[in-house]
Amino acid sequence: MSKIFTLLKVQYSNMLEYRVEIALWAVSGIIPFFMLNIWTNNNLNEAININNTMLSRYFLSVFFVRQFSVVWVVFSFEEDALLGKLSPYIIQPLNPFFRYFTQHIAEQITRFPFALIIAIFFFLFNPDSIWFPNLIFLFLSFISTFLSFLIQFLIQSIIACICFWTEKASSIERLFFIPTLFLSGLLAPVVSFPKYVKSWIYFTPFPYLIDFPANLLSGNKTNISGGFIMQILWILLLFPLFTKIWYEGTKKYTAMGS
Amino acid sequence: MLKNIIEVESLSKSFNISSKDPGLRGTLKHFFKRETKRIKVIKNITFQIKEGEIIGFLGANGAGKTTILKMLCGLIVPSEGSISVSGYLPYRRRDDFLKNITLIMGQKQQLIWDLPPIESFYLNASIYDIDKFEAKRRIKKLSDMLEIEDELYIPVRKLSLGQRMKSELLAALIHKPKILFLDEPTIGLDINSQRNLREFLKSYNSENNATICLTSHYMKDITSLCNRVICVHNGSISYDGKLEKLLKKLSPVKEVLIVCSSEKDANKLAKSGFKVKNKVKNEITLKIENRNVSSSLRTILNNYDIEDLFINEPPIDEIIEKILVKNKYTF
Repeated sequence: MSKIFTLLKVQYSNMLEYRVEIALWAVSGIIPFFMLNIWTNNNLNEAININNTMLSRYFLSVFFVRQFSVVWVVFSFEEDALLGKLSPYIIQPLNPFFRYFTQHIAEQITRFPFALIIAIFFFLFNPDSIWFPNLIFLFLSFISTFLSFLIQFLIQSIIACICFWTEKASSIERLFFIPTLFLSGLLAPVVSFPKYVKSWIYFTPFPYLIDFPANLLSGNKTNISGGFIMQILWILLLFPLFTKIWYEGTKKYTAMGS
Repeated sequence: MLKNIIEVESLSKSFNISSKDPGLRGTLKHFFKRETKRIKVIKNITFQIKEGEIIGFLGANGAGKTTILKMLCGLIVPSEGSISVSGYLPYRRRDDFLKNITLIMGQKQQLIWDLPPIESFYLNASIYDIDKFEAKRRIKKLSDMLEIEDELYIPVRKLSLGQRMKSELLAALIHKPKILFLDEPTIGLDINSQRNLREFLKSYNSENNATICLTSHYMKDITSLCNRVICVHNGSISYDGKLEKLLKKLSPVKEVLIVCSSEKDANKLAKSGFKVKNKVKNEITLKIENRNVSSSLRTILNNYDIEDLFINEPPIDEIIEKILVKNKYTF
C-alpha cells in the first residue's frame, strides 16, 4: 500500500506540471451540457417525466462522473509497449498497471478544482438547478463513481493487453467507445431508452459507468443495491480476466524498440 | 571456488517477423495476405557466468546481444533451452529475482521526464521496499560516487545526456542489485562521462561483488571493464573466453620497431629473413609472431648493433572494431 501511496504522490507532482493541459481536458468534457441544451430546448424531458431542474442536475452529475471516471490507459500503455518504454517497469517488483492506475487517480485529483469551477459557472447560468446532495448520497455516488472508474480501467487494461498480440489495441477501444457513448447515459438518461433496450441493457456494464452514479448524485430515482451489486460483479468478472490476459500477454512481449 | 550465478544451456529465441514488399502493390498484398517469417535470432547458445564477473557481449548490430540480455533479465521468454539466473527462471519474474537484478538500456529511460531525479529515486526505493532512511543513505552514497549531488533537484528534462545517464544508473542501482545487465550504457556520452561511468561500474563491482553483463560498441568499455568476452555472431556464440586470448588469437603478430645504430645495420637486418613491414633509414619495423618474439629479439640483440627497440601491442581498437562493425572474424 505504501508503494501505491508513494506512486500517487509522485504522479500527482507530475500531473501538476501539466495543470493547463488538464484544465483544458476538463473543459473539453462539457458534452453533457450540450446534451442538456438539446433535451430542454426540444422539451424531450416531458416524455420521460423528468422536469428541467432534475434533468439539469442529471447532466451536471454526468459531467462530474465523467470527469472522475475517464480512462485513457490503453493509449499510454500501447505507446509504452510499442516503443519499449514498458521494459524497465516490467522487470520491477510492481505491476506496471499500478503506474497507470495512480496516474489516473492523480489526474482526477488535479482535475477536481477545474471541474468545480465549471460547476460554479453552470449554476450561475442555471440557478434553479442548485442543490446540495444528501451526504449519504454524495458518499454513495463517490463510491459508485470510483467503481465505475475501476470497471472502465479494467476493461481498457484488458484491451490494452491485446497489443501484445495485435500491436494496435487502441482501435479496439475506439470501437468499444461507441456503445459506451450511447448506452452509458452520457447522451441521455438510460430511463429514456426504449423498453426493449432497457430489458437487456442492465445486464451490460454500460449503465453503471455513468447513468447509475449520476442518478445517485443528482437524486434521481435508481436501484441503489442493484446498481452496486452489478458494479461489484463486473469488477469481480473483469479482474481475473485482466490478470490472465496480462500473464499470457507478457509472455508474448518482445520489448520492441529497445 | 566461485559459483555460477548465470547458467544458460541450449538457449534459442525465435520471432515472427512480417515482411512487406515496397510500393502500393506490396501494401495491398500485405493488407490482404500478410506474410510472416519465423526467424531464429538466438541459436542454441550455452554459457555460464560466475558471481562477480564482468562479461562483455560483443557483436555487430543485430547479432543478438541485446536479445540475450533481455532473456537473462526476464524481459522476454526464451523459445527453447534452459536459463537460470541466481537460481531463478528469469521470465517468471518473481519479486525476489527482480530485487536482485537491474537492466539499464542506454537508449531507454525510466526517470520521470518532468520531475527531478530525486522523485524517481524515492519512488524506486519504495517499489523495492527500501525504507526512506535507507533510501536517503543510498542516494547520498551513489550520488557522491556518480558526482551528481547538484543535479538531484533539477527536472530530468533540463539535465545533459551524461547527467541523465548517471541518474538512470542511480535509479537502477538504488536496490543494490547483485546482477547488472547493461545494454550500451555509455552510448552518446562524451569521453569524460564514459570514463567516469566505467570507473563507477568498476568500483560498484568490487564493492558489491556484483556480476555485470555488458554490451557496448565502445572499445574502451570492453577493454577497461571486461576480462571475459562472449562474441555473438548471427545468434550463435563464436567466442567465449578471456579478452587477452581473443586479441592474441585475432592478432597473432607483434610489430617491433628497431632503431639500428646505422643504416647499414638496418639493411643487413632487413635481409636476414624477418618479415619487414617498413624501413626508413636506420629504423626498421618487423612483424614477428607472438610465440617467436623472445627468441627473435634475442637473436637480433646478439647479432646487430641496436640503439633502441619498441614492441607495439596488438591494435585492440581495430580488432574489436572489426568484430563489432564488420563481423569479420568467426572462430
